[in-house]
Amino acid sequence: MSEVIRIRELAREYRMGDERILALRGVSLDVRRNEYLAVMGPSGSGKSTMMNVLGCLDTPTGGEYWLNGQEVSRLSDDELARVRNREIGFVFQTFNLLPRATALHNVELPLVYAGLRARERRERAAAALTRVGLEHRMAHKPNELSGGQRQRVAIARALVNSPSILLADEPTGNLDSVTSEEIMRVFADLHASGQTVIMVTHEAEIAAHAERVVVLRDGRVESDRLTRGAAA
Amino acid sequence: MRLLEAVGMALRTIRAQKLKSFFSLIGVLIGVTFLIAVVSIVQGMNRYMVDRFANTLIGANTFELRQRPSIMTGHVTDDVWLEWRRRPRISYADADYVRERLRTPATFAKFCADRVAVHYDGKVAKDIDLIGTEASYFGIRNYEITAGRAFTAQEVQTALPVLVVGHELATKLLAGVDPVGKTVQVGGLPYRIIGVVAKQGTLFGLSLDKFAIMPFSAPGRRLICPINILDAFIVRTDDPGAMTRAMGEAEAAMRSRRALKPWQGNNFAFQTAEGALGTWQKISNVLFLALPGLVAISLVVGGIVIMNIMLMAVSERTREIGIRKALGARRRDILAQFVVESATLSAAGALLGIGFGLALAFVVKALTPLPAAVAPWSVVVGMALGITVGIAAGVYPASRASRLDPIVALRAE
Repeated sequence: MSEVIRIRELAREYRMGDERILALRGVSLDVRRNEYLAVMGPSGSGKSTMMNVLGCLDTPTGGEYWLNGQEVSRLSDDELARVRNREIGFVFQTFNLLPRATALHNVELPLVYAGLRARERRERAAAALTRVGLEHRMAHKPNELSGGQRQRVAIARALVNSPSILLADEPTGNLDSVTSEEIMRVFADLHASGQTVIMVTHEAEIAAHAERVVVLRDGRVESDRLTRGAAA
Repeated sequence: MRLLEAVGMALRTIRAQKLKSFFSLIGVLIGVTFLIAVVSIVQGMNRYMVDRFANTLIGANTFELRQRPSIMTGHVTDDVWLEWRRRPRISYADADYVRERLRTPATFAKFCADRVAVHYDGKVAKDIDLIGTEASYFGIRNYEITAGRAFTAQEVQTALPVLVVGHELATKLLAGVDPVGKTVQVGGLPYRIIGVVAKQGTLFGLSLDKFAIMPFSAPGRRLICPINILDAFIVRTDDPGAMTRAMGEAEAAMRSRRALKPWQGNNFAFQTAEGALGTWQKISNVLFLALPGLVAISLVVGGIVIMNIMLMAVSERTREIGIRKALGARRRDILAQFVVESATLSAAGALLGIGFGLALAFVVKALTPLPAAVAPWSVVVGMALGITVGIAAGVYPASRASRLDPIVALRAE
């Protein structure tokens, strides 16, 4: 099976009082290993819900979700935590670094929950930071770093556990255009080295960096096409 | 996650918010301070009472046969007091009778004493305890003679007017001269000083060195007791078991001598060091009974404070919890993190409390004659209580943190 993600008729329903809100109404999607995919859509399209379900932060109310050969749509909280730890690397719009911890300690965090020893953790975290070009900023705290550097720390943290997918939620939403390009280059490099990348964004310009764009609307897949760059 | 790491993480968090952390652990701090200080002081007091008070006044493994107790423990009613006063006094003959009938090996000394004035060379020393006794008394009291000698059994038999004096009397009244061989006046009678007893120190600030010891048979005996009458007959044995046996034998001897019927109570009394401690023991028991309550109250308050601080920390750090969960922290990881943090906080409070408690005990030791004796168990109990309170206070906030939905938590603030 070359698909790292296999989704069938995925549904997510919320209850708000008496009202039922269908955020996802039967989404089917396959993502191959080493694909670079962008998920787009206007607000209310189910983009965020899709992101949460893909990231195993949320469980669907219907359908199937196979991640790296494992059915994850019916797992318990702790099992999901384990899947997040091993299979998924998150990159958030607001970076979501621990403000009091150094860059190195932030990157170590997923390894702490993976149960690694301190020495191995430090080595792997340092290697991940070096990979994103921050080997000289390891002892800095987030507030001593620029926005682009913070996002690189977050990317290093996402990579440190060698996840099946890198899941980025509006990764350039808080960055200026120059820094955005810089981060997009990091993503392109990671993709080139074999990393599967899924990026949720509402900016067409950013989505254009991916090789495939899926557009959601009203909880359904509206279009699924390859970008020009990928076709070439 | 390993415990040590969790503690390290907790310490970093606590260090980052020193002032807030300090205030939050003040309840535990006070509780443990109290525990350590009170236990140290009471134990010190205990040791003082046993070592100094009781053993100085009476002595270990020693009892005194008396008309009535000399050291009152607790309240004595008028009726009891009247009964005591009506009792026959202890006579020389009583003492000899008991001495002859005691099977348990023991040392004996007849004893009577009163306050007198001692004159020398135009000077006077008032409130001197003049003690009339036998040669064995020095051994019973473990008195060391630093100058001259003690009097002998022969000198007691021949009723010589000789004195062995306490350190303070020797140095104050006979300042600048060698007291041995000098003659002083007691009640108008001349006494020759033949020895000086080593310094005994003080008890509750009162000098134990203002005494003069003479043979009970010496001419001045009318100053302290009526002829043939004793204040006490002192019996010293080798160990507590022997003391109990000797006391039983002495009781039987006295009862038969005074022809007491089985239903009649003793018309004499035994005074022991233990008996003298009665009142103190009661006070110390009350303190030890009240202590857990007082400590518990401050620990409960301390626990509630810590719980609130932890609840605050959980809501302040909701985002952090969300991040940790997104990165793979399980419920029990988050639970452990906050429980350990709470326990570490509380343990830090306990540690400070132990420090303050010890400091308080040493201040008391420095400023009063009481020796503060730190009880190692109180330190261990203080620490254990601190950690327990921390864990108990941390469980609820931590379980709330662990149940947070990561999606909601990530969206916080």
